[in-house]
Amino acid sequence: MAIPHLLVHEKKDTVGVVVVEGLKAGTDMLAVITHDNSDFRIKAKMDIPIGHKIALQDIKKGDTIWKYGQDIGVAKADIGKGEHVHVHNVKTKRW
Amino acid sequence: MASAPIVANFSLNQNRLKSIKGRKIEAPGFKSPVAPKRRGGLVRDAVMAWRRENGRVGVRNHVVMLPLDDLSNAACEAVANNVKGVLALPHAYGRLQFGLDLDLHFRTLIGVGSNPNVAAVVVIGIEDGWTKIVVDGIAKTGKPVVGFGIEGHGDIAVIAKASYVAKEFVQWASELSREKCPISDLWISTKCGESDTTTGLSSCPTVGNMYDKLIPKGIYGVFGETSEITGAEHLCKARAATKEVGERWYKMWKAYQDDVIEAHKTSDLSDSQPTKGNIAGGLTTIEEKALGNLEKIGRECKYIDILDPAEAPAKGPGLYFMDTSSAAAECVTLMAAGGYVIHTFPTGQGNVIGNPIVPVIKITGNPKTMRTMPEHIDVDVSGVLARTLTIPEAGDALIDNIVRTANGRLTAAEALGHREFVMTKLYRSA
Repeated sequence: MAIPHLLVHEKKDTVGVVVVEGLKAGTDMLAVITHDNSDFRIKAKMDIPIGHKIALQDIKKGDTIWKYGQDIGVAKADIGKGEHVHVHNVKTKRW
Repeated sequence: MASAPIVANFSLNQNRLKSIKGRKIEAPGFKSPVAPKRRGGLVRDAVMAWRRENGRVGVRNHVVMLPLDDLSNAACEAVANNVKGVLALPHAYGRLQFGLDLDLHFRTLIGVGSNPNVAAVVVIGIEDGWTKIVVDGIAKTGKPVVGFGIEGHGDIAVIAKASYVAKEFVQWASELSREKCPISDLWISTKCGESDTTTGLSSCPTVGNMYDKLIPKGIYGVFGETSEITGAEHLCKARAATKEVGERWYKMWKAYQDDVIEAHKTSDLSDSQPTKGNIAGGLTTIEEKALGNLEKIGRECKYIDILDPAEAPAKGPGLYFMDTSSAAAECVTLMAAGGYVIHTFPTGQGNVIGNPIVPVIKITGNPKTMRTMPEHIDVDVSGVLARTLTIPEAGDALIDNIVRTANGRLTAAEALGHREFVMTKLYRSA
């Protein structure tokens, strides 16, 4: 299999993790779901550093963000599919 | 730039030169002239280690100078300067502590001295009373231990007397031989640090796979980091061996939220958990960090008991949870005091931690960290992200490294002199 750009833990997840360095906006990314090894393609809308997350679908302000098939926080703003997901647009539901 | 290095009897990969702030430094790919011989390959079910007086197995053979308190660090370090091969463990506390905080102080010092990676101990304290408590605690293991109080004698006389004994201990310990011990005799701890999103995808599941394979063989395991389970507490509670243990775990986790975080926070904890390093690595919330963290206990293991900080497990082989801070040096020190002899440490952004008495094996799956700071990493599992290495294969690579480390190979942290020894303090002294 070709080396993926993006790894996703579970089918339910709404974000994936960039696993290559120097990912550029416009890249047609190969994404692999580690749970069942299935794959799909998605376009990066921004330059995104390795380890950072990308939205797999359009996310509305107030939506729960899903990763590992679990709740990891809440969107503070609308996030478009293929955009960077991080502390600027997601917040913990805990402290 | 100097001319090419003069090389004899080994190969130097001169392509691996990297530029740091305009200066070229060498990161040679070292290949020794004589590879270690392993007839029939690496044996994975046994290690060559020291069996101590109480039957426990240690993978290092340290003679330790153990200060009771901050005031006794200077004398301990002076003895370590006089007698080669002695390891001083200076630390910051030990005066006017009381209650649970004092209990933890004694438990940590006695636990570290009792650890099977330690052959013998010399304790120095400012006065005799508390010094004797630590000596008596360590003496229960059957190993040689002696204590000296400074008051009424002064540093110089105590350093002289302690140096005579330390020299005898070192010479005695240097004659103790490694013997073949089953891998089930190892106690292996884990805690991750400078985590990022790659740890939850690769290095933490690697440790989890190791536990899934070695816990059934009869090792003792331990994980902790109470605050860093926040967001995955429902999953952690469900991984207890019995409902009763799960309830006790949840009560302990909740007590930290209520008694420590709620009592002391001045704003939300988003500036501390996740850390700035975690955020640079792509982790956004404590929930996300916790879910990656919990990957370290694999798919099958269930924890059988909950340990206080620095408490030794007493319910037989299996996985335990220890109530610890998530700060790396504090946590590893507490697990060393609990009696664990090898630590497995997944990192994403590149934590450099070591411990003076316990080898800390560092594992990363982040290819950028492998490229920028490879000298700190013992097991490279970056192939997991590229899908060229499976988690079970990564787990086997870690077990191979654990066996080699137990047999005597120095970890990156040992070779680089990392000896972080940090006592956990619960509240202000009297």
